[in-house]
Amino acid sequence: MTQTVEPTHRQLGMTDSEFDSVVRILGREPRPAELAMYSVMWSEHCSYKSSRRHLGRFPTEAPWVVVGPGENAGVVDIGDGWLAALRIESHNHPSYVEPHQGAATGVGGILRDVFTMGARPIGLWDQIRFGPLDEPKNRYLFGGVVSGIADYGNAVGVPTVGGEIGFDPCYSGNPLVNVMCLGILKRDQLVLGTAGTPGTVAVLLGNSTGRDGIGGASVLASASFDNESREKRPSVQVGDPFEEKKLIEACLELYTKGLVVGVQDLGAAGLSCATSEPAGRAGVGMEVDLDAVHVREPEMTAPELLMSESQERMMAFVDAANVEQVLEVADKWEIDSAVIGVVRAGDTLTIRHKGEVVAEIPAASLADDAPLYDRPRARPSELDDVWATEPRLPDDLDLADAVLRLLDDPAIGSSAWVHEQYDHMLFLNTIVGPGADGSLLRVKGTNKGLAVSTDGNGRLCQLDPRRGGARLVFEAALNVAVIGAEPMALVDNLNFGNPEKPEVMWQFVESVAGISEACESLGVPVVGGNVSFYNETEGVDIYPTPVVGLLGLADPVPNEPPRIDRAEEGMEIWEIGPEPTASLAGSSAERIVLGTLTGRPTAPDPEVARQVIGLVRELAHTVPVLHDVSDGGLAVAIAEICIASEVGATIELGDPSLLFSEDPHRVVAVFEHGAVEPPGDIARRIGTVGGVALTLGDATIDIATATDAYREAIPRRMTS
Amino acid sequence: MRTAVVQFPGTNCEHDVVEAVTALGGSAELVWHRDTDLSDFDGAILPGGFAHGDYLRTGAIARFSPVMTEVFRLADSGAPVLGICNGFQILCEAGLLPGALIANRDLAFICRLVEVEVADTDTVLTRTATVGQRIRIPLNSYEGNWVDPTRRGRVVLRYVDDPNGSQQQAAAVANDRGNVVGVMPHPERAIHDFLGSSDGNLLLEGFLHSLAPA
Repeated sequence: MTQTVEPTHRQLGMTDSEFDSVVRILGREPRPAELAMYSVMWSEHCSYKSSRRHLGRFPTEAPWVVVGPGENAGVVDIGDGWLAALRIESHNHPSYVEPHQGAATGVGGILRDVFTMGARPIGLWDQIRFGPLDEPKNRYLFGGVVSGIADYGNAVGVPTVGGEIGFDPCYSGNPLVNVMCLGILKRDQLVLGTAGTPGTVAVLLGNSTGRDGIGGASVLASASFDNESREKRPSVQVGDPFEEKKLIEACLELYTKGLVVGVQDLGAAGLSCATSEPAGRAGVGMEVDLDAVHVREPEMTAPELLMSESQERMMAFVDAANVEQVLEVADKWEIDSAVIGVVRAGDTLTIRHKGEVVAEIPAASLADDAPLYDRPRARPSELDDVWATEPRLPDDLDLADAVLRLLDDPAIGSSAWVHEQYDHMLFLNTIVGPGADGSLLRVKGTNKGLAVSTDGNGRLCQLDPRRGGARLVFEAALNVAVIGAEPMALVDNLNFGNPEKPEVMWQFVESVAGISEACESLGVPVVGGNVSFYNETEGVDIYPTPVVGLLGLADPVPNEPPRIDRAEEGMEIWEIGPEPTASLAGSSAERIVLGTLTGRPTAPDPEVARQVIGLVRELAHTVPVLHDVSDGGLAVAIAEICIASEVGATIELGDPSLLFSEDPHRVVAVFEHGAVEPPGDIARRIGTVGGVALTLGDATIDIATATDAYREAIPRRMTS
Repeated sequence: MRTAVVQFPGTNCEHDVVEAVTALGGSAELVWHRDTDLSDFDGAILPGGFAHGDYLRTGAIARFSPVMTEVFRLADSGAPVLGICNGFQILCEAGLLPGALIANRDLAFICRLVEVEVADTDTVLTRTATVGQRIRIPLNSYEGNWVDPTRRGRVVLRYVDDPNGSQQQAAAVANDRGNVVGVMPHPERAIHDFLGSSDGNLLLEGFLHSLAPA
């Protein structure tokens, strides 16, 4: 009996034709270390080989864009000499294998992407999605992810000021854990991921290199899941927020003192990436000595050293004359450092280990010559039938009961159980924090504020990825407008299933088109993003779930930014935006009341979107309450205002479909009679604040009961 | 009158404390945990964070940082010494305050605005407040549950609603002389109305007044 042994490249997740490309580039068979480097750098996670061709669709330019996609983070000019750096990333697969560490290291990784640019990270936003909480496994994953974010974010000293929580059976086998980071920096402190010129010295800073996370990018992030995925636990890295905190402070001191030419963080693909990418970008070669790397365990092989994804490491490129000073700064902050290489003319990356050359490859080939696939696409054949079936509420619907069921849903109910575990106040910038439509952070020393909203909606995108993708952008734009900010830049995290399936690839391309069209209509550039494919388990794909993170600039910050807890007895309730249709396609009411997913979501209207966003941004300076109409429609938006303000309301329409419709571009405004006069063509009065109950036509809901349902939606499930 | 704001590796509220003290007209400067001379300072604040990572018991390593010799000296001399959150944990671990801080009753991190009541005004933190006065400042801790088997601690602030199981609902505790105070919620996070509350200024003003010669 003979046993077939998989060739090494296949064990590393490489196809035969990709292996042949490596042989062609090198003109010979690769050495083991070289093969390791190509396998991680050419993984889906690092190379975007299935998506790259389509990402060029995104609009990326605007006068205020300083750094667009391709660097560690996008950077925009916010005026007064300040820049903002932003980036979003996923840690979906690691979080399924080990939720606490998976989520924690996701936070660590996104922070490094931002402080690599010279910025101090000032805020984090997490977008997390799980299967229903009535399954113990999902409670374990949800609890573990939240505690991982809390442990890392709180200890590293960067506030988590917002995010999104979602639940759907499609995420049961594949939770989504995305995290976005925003940083600010002075214009002259911008640092890029470049290796500089020949003679520049490479200094590895921070954590020692161990065997953790080997193949994380290729084995874990770029493959589908099955029941054996638990065995992949050694591929999950372990985070150390204390080490990262010291690394942040040390790097910021290096930037302030002007001691670095360039910086690259060590994330996915570790040293392979942190040597080849900066060298490739600078058009230079490099010599690296692996024996100089400070290691956590003895006897690590060259491939292991090159593939390790040990956390909390940075590569600084330093003029030879400044090396001593850099090592002193590292010493002050009590982090390890090692001079591991030097930049050379030419384009060859030469790596030595134990005195021998283990790799000698064209540096740029790892990034630039990565495979590029045009995967087949096909519109799902069942879509016409799905679109033709409009969801309808039953005629005998108990409206009050339906509203309470929505408020009790963990995706709609209060997020306090989650966000009160996160430090969301550090740095004294948080004007509007978690639990609101968008977050608003002040920029000290200016009148400006940075607003961020992160939005995803897998159900809408499953029904119509193009309309769904566009509506995410418009919703995010409205969420920053209600706190007085103008949309400025967007990052996206594209979570999709297996790209080798034509339907998934079609969903991907349609979503990218929808996001692009909406961004173009608002003049918002896409400055960075991340693609996460292979979100499938046992052959079942998640709903296409692009998540957008939109940065807006409030200039000036409203004196009293609208909040949902400022409604008072006697105030008028207005709906701003187009009249909704009765469509419930993809809505929360459809999910919770009917348990279906069908119909075609209403198309967004860019012209109306611009009009409403502009109007709302002005109102944000005068109106006490502005609240975006989204999950659960008008009914939930008004109930949330009542719950937060501890007061009732009477709404003069009782058609449940109109109350639950999630049609786009709509906002609820609450203000004293005559305080403002919204234009009649785009706004209408729909009710009055007062009493102790929410009255919707014939239905009456006691605010105390609604409050209880809303507040307990997550806690009661997590303690059951 | 200068205040030393002690920065351990892993401290993260030091800049906020400097900002809050400065906004009240005080003078605050960061000192690194390896500094061994605080003779230019009239008082010290140990801010919040995760000193040395707090992977061991909170404050267990920070208590041995070189700067602590000077913190002991200031405390002995009667100078005001304030520990906020992690700083409170360090002062307990160092023996400058009685008791210890253990995990919250519900074993979860708590970050939210809480209401506290002033229980004792004969301390450097509360000298400008009145007994029974209620103020709102944000809590932000996992180990915020104060236990004091000796029952020696002077409770300075009490939570109105018990968030974490702290003994006697203590939110702040002083030594016998009242010059060393540990406070679990963060006064420096409540210095502007746009942050949700400006009540923290009352406490920090008390501290700044205490720096002046009696």
